[in-house]
Amino acid sequence: MALTAAGCSGPMSTLDPAGPSAAAIAQLWWIMLAGAAAILALVLGLLALSFRPPRQSSERLWLIGGGIVFPLTVLTALLVAGIVLGERSIPARTDALEVTAEASQYRWRFSYPTGAAPTDGILHIPAGEPVTVAITTTDVIHSFWVPRLGGKMDAVPGHVNRLTIEASAPGTYLGICAEYCGTGHARHGFRVVAHAPPQWRAFNSGGAQ
Amino acid sequence: MKALRLHREFEAIWRAPAGWRGTISSVNHSDIGRRLIIAAFVFFAIGGVLAMLIRAQLATPRSAFVGPEIYNQLFTMHGSIMMFLFAIPMFEGLAIYMLPKLLGARDLAFPRLSAYGWWCYLFGASLLILSMLLGVAPDSGWFMYTPLSSRPYSPGINSDFWLLGITFVEISAIAAAVDITVSILRVRAPSMSLDQLPLFAWYLLATALMMLLGFPPLILGSILLEIERAFDWPFFDVTRGGDSLLWQHLFWLFGHPEVYIIFLPAAGVVSTVLPVMARTPILGYRIIVAAVLSLAFLSFGLWVHHMFTVGIPHMALAFFSAASTLVAVPTGVQIFAWLGTLWAGRPQMKLPMLYLVGFFVTFVMGGLTGVMVAVVPFDWQVHDTAFVTAHLHYVLVGGFVFPMLAGAYYWLPHFTGRQRTFRLGELAFWLIFIGFHATFFLMHLAGLLGQPRRVESYPEAAGWTWINLISSVGGFVMAIGFALFAIDMALQLFLSRRSPRNPWQAGTLEWAMMTPPASYNIASLPHVRSREPAYDEPDLANALARGEGYLGTPRHSWRETLSVDLKGRIQHIIVLPGNTRLPIVTAVVTGCFFVALLLKIYWVAPFALAGVAALGWRWAWALGRQKDLGALPIGRGEHAPTHAEVDDPPGWLGSVFLLLADSTLFGSLLFGQAFLLTVAPGWPPPAIFDGSWLVILLAGAAASAAVFLPRQAGAVVEQAIWGHLLLVLTLAASQWMAPVPTGHAAAALIGVLNGYGLFHAAVALLMLFFVRARRRAGFLSAARRGEVRIALLWSDYAAATGVIVALSSQLPALLR
Repeated sequence: MALTAAGCSGPMSTLDPAGPSAAAIAQLWWIMLAGAAAILALVLGLLALSFRPPRQSSERLWLIGGGIVFPLTVLTALLVAGIVLGERSIPARTDALEVTAEASQYRWRFSYPTGAAPTDGILHIPAGEPVTVAITTTDVIHSFWVPRLGGKMDAVPGHVNRLTIEASAPGTYLGICAEYCGTGHARHGFRVVAHAPPQWRAFNSGGAQ
Repeated sequence: MKALRLHREFEAIWRAPAGWRGTISSVNHSDIGRRLIIAAFVFFAIGGVLAMLIRAQLATPRSAFVGPEIYNQLFTMHGSIMMFLFAIPMFEGLAIYMLPKLLGARDLAFPRLSAYGWWCYLFGASLLILSMLLGVAPDSGWFMYTPLSSRPYSPGINSDFWLLGITFVEISAIAAAVDITVSILRVRAPSMSLDQLPLFAWYLLATALMMLLGFPPLILGSILLEIERAFDWPFFDVTRGGDSLLWQHLFWLFGHPEVYIIFLPAAGVVSTVLPVMARTPILGYRIIVAAVLSLAFLSFGLWVHHMFTVGIPHMALAFFSAASTLVAVPTGVQIFAWLGTLWAGRPQMKLPMLYLVGFFVTFVMGGLTGVMVAVVPFDWQVHDTAFVTAHLHYVLVGGFVFPMLAGAYYWLPHFTGRQRTFRLGELAFWLIFIGFHATFFLMHLAGLLGQPRRVESYPEAAGWTWINLISSVGGFVMAIGFALFAIDMALQLFLSRRSPRNPWQAGTLEWAMMTPPASYNIASLPHVRSREPAYDEPDLANALARGEGYLGTPRHSWRETLSVDLKGRIQHIIVLPGNTRLPIVTAVVTGCFFVALLLKIYWVAPFALAGVAALGWRWAWALGRQKDLGALPIGRGEHAPTHAEVDDPPGWLGSVFLLLADSTLFGSLLFGQAFLLTVAPGWPPPAIFDGSWLVILLAGAAASAAVFLPRQAGAVVEQAIWGHLLLVLTLAASQWMAPVPTGHAAAALIGVLNGYGLFHAAVALLMLFFVRARRRAGFLSAARRGEVRIALLWSDYAAATGVIVALSSQLPALLR
């Protein structure tokens, strides 16, 4: 994608997506950015033109047209897009692999239903398929976030929150604790390693390091 | 020369003593307003210095300027200071200074309450600054999420400083909100109907009502968290039936309206200044009023949009997402009303207008990113990142600071009586404007590139370095701009020449008086015939100064102003209290209560509360009189009684609004109980408590006695005392039987409910005994019964909440 060229790439960039969910949100962002730029240009244009000699000013046109009809139209479209996209990002498939992410100050422990031993600081997932992450915490609130794969979800004491992520291709993706969690917050990161099928099988049989 | 003679006579009645005696005893709204504005600006400077330290730290990756312990205090204090010690008090100060002048009155409805609020703010804010100087400032972030802010993870005194200091400061917010609401509804010039209210007053009315409904959830949350920290009652501890999400709900129930509480007064400044700059009346007065009121209403339906990532069902998120985008509509109405006004008029690029242009550019961008983060999937990506930091600064600096700067230059001739001679304001504008956008525009990109909030260090490889360096440079440019602004203000204050009256040819009443204003504002009150009286009647200022309006004759050295109804019909004369040290003394004793809790010297706290009660008694005792005066002449051939001889004096309406805030706090408590019952893990609690129908029955009997005994034929209100005594016994017994509060959140909630009921029964008792003493001292008569109705209001409220307390403490166990 050409979009990644202009300073948008980076190891934690939401604009350099590596999975379907992050890609959809990045697309939504570019659409919203274009719309916002157009609206901003309109408002500032009207503001600039107001300093020219006075002209007729219809209360109905300004307030009903500009103030109510215009934003309602734009917002409804945006809202529908948001809800549809949101529905797609929540765990719909019940047969997806479910791994557990347990946060604590200042560590991430990941466990797997496949029999692989729990790992600290590195989450192993298969590439190319959705993985549900069950997120919880042993102490304060943290937040599980892998920007290139999708949105974030908080780890709240006593609750288990689920988030679906998917990496389109094998690789290593950086994860961040997004919720302020104390003095170690800045260094409370982790890695997600997405494996191609052979490596994933090897990991589950205890072979991958 | 009649004007000069009147001026001397009114000054003698209204002015504060010279020197420090005046400083500690003045209750004059101009004094209190000016102090709040100056203090808020000082705290803005302190918060700004903290921001500079933050930017110094973030300018380079892996910076060793400060460690995380200090950095966490820096950003927590920066946010807390800007929100609680700068934005809210700044608007309160402007409102307190400006409202009576806009409304054609001489002071606010409750001058001593404004003074009390000011001292509470000053002392509470000083506590917070002290914590910073001692190196133990709060460090859990300005929204203090539990359990990070709870004792196990924040064992130090840091969080206690926040919870107690901010709650102390919030007393001033509630006081100001009650004062502003009653003053707008009642204390106006005759015949100023609500339809002729200056738009700024409409904005302030909406804001004050929002404060009465928005601050109680935060105050309740702070009380609960402090009780949890101090006594281990587990409201937020998930292992014992609490839930950290309860804190988030209570905090954002406050926190989102808070954003609009900050924005609306500033929008009011825009709606006031912009039409004057455009030399035309504002377009769509009534539609703007409707937009403001609907914005106030909608803002209570969006708090969850701060919690899109805590694991709330998606369809519920869709509702809050819709509400969050909908709020853009009334904002859009105002933006287009302002644009249309500019188009209709002949806007001149005077300095206030320049700052308004800064507002337009910045705020519209902040609004647009606000709509973006209201879209749930996008928020999942940018929540808790630098994108949100950028967004909120665009909204708050764009939506509050720029309009306030415009307002500062617009009203400075009013404050000082001087005009601008130095041209620093333009340079300050460009430095602030360019510095601001340099700091925050690219910060959006940093967030999209993954930079989270509240990190004191980031790796080189993340790719955020160049953005942060630009931000830091921009921040320092902006700081220089603000310093220039401060210098410009000081120069104008001390070195400039006199300004002509009404330099902008504005239409609102604050310009129909001498500048700087006299202590009594106006020698007589105008008869208002339009929305822009100062514009429509060019000689108004002189006519008022000659005493040709209402109350133009000084009487018994009373401080008089008029109360009117919603249509502007004269109701009565309000005789306001004069200078007194009661506010500062009461604030000091209130401060003793908070400091006792802070230092954990708990035995002092009840004595401090008793002291506040005793001072409250004296406070109320100072008003009223012992004989009926009947209707007195008020000028222009009209007569009206004093407020001592009416059924609904200002104190009654003030009580209604204070109880509105109080019932919101109570409602938030009941919401908390329902929330834990249905959502928190660890419920139902272990069956160690059976509940008791007897408590409910006794509370019902007590409340009935309190409500019905004083309403029998020939009865006096004091007979409600028996009902409240029974209520106190019932609730005390209920608490005696209740399980230990430390065991489970259910038991802790029963403790708080009973505490709430007991406190209000005690307040009712205090008021009823007060009425008894007043009756014996001859202060009450068939005409002078406003105090009785106030006491009855509080008594009824205590009775009603007493029954609800009994029901909600017993029923969950009984129905299990």
